[in-house]
Amino acid sequence: MAAKNKTLENAKSMSIIVTKGSLDWAYPPFILATTAAAMDIKTTMFFTFYGLPLLNKKLNLKVTSLGNAAMEMPMMGMHMPMPNIVGMIPGATAGATVMMKNLIKKKGVASIDELREASVDLDVRMIGCQMTMDLFEYSKEDMIDGIEIGGAATYLEVATKSDINLFI
Amino acid sequence: MATQTLDTSGLNCPLPILKTKKALKGMAAGETLELLATDPGSVADIAAFCNQTGNDLVESGEEGGTFRFIIKNNG
Repeated sequence: MAAKNKTLENAKSMSIIVTKGSLDWAYPPFILATTAAAMDIKTTMFFTFYGLPLLNKKLNLKVTSLGNAAMEMPMMGMHMPMPNIVGMIPGATAGATVMMKNLIKKKGVASIDELREASVDLDVRMIGCQMTMDLFEYSKEDMIDGIEIGGAATYLEVATKSDINLFI
Repeated sequence: MATQTLDTSGLNCPLPILKTKKALKGMAAGETLELLATDPGSVADIAAFCNQTGNDLVESGEEGGTFRFIIKNNG
């Protein structure tokens, strides 16, 4: 039997820099953060640049095939590639987003809203980047409760003490 | 006989782990949780979860496409 690791000195810790806020890229950080926290790993997420809007009270995430050269969608037993040229057609992003959301529901995958709620419940420390807030004109009032605001130094202090540091 | 049963059938990663954690949190030390899952990834993941959190994976098996685990909560 593994020893309990809830005591401070041997507890593990993880930090994640979250830089992308599209529907697909929002999954890896929130899946890892919630799972780590459930495994008694002290977890911190630092939301910067396009990752910052993931802290907005109301999420409206989209997925695009643009720049996702390897993206394929399962369809009628096959996989349909999504060439970049398709992504440029008006309505393609909305279509891809609807398709992805349907797949998420059908396959029993949690929504980002659910995973974010679980992060709050599991005491994941969430830090919004002050500079990104200034740059893109966001205010703390637009964001969910319980988050902190900080900068690079705040993140690095956490990172130097963490067993796992990820950039997503 | 397990103290409590949790059915996560139809749910995908990481929901079985998150729901297991929540269930164990509400249980006393020494009590056992029977967990049902259909996610094939849960076989490796539940074992890893138990290893990391110090709870005992007493049983792990499959019957008719449903995975069944017995986890002893070590508090």
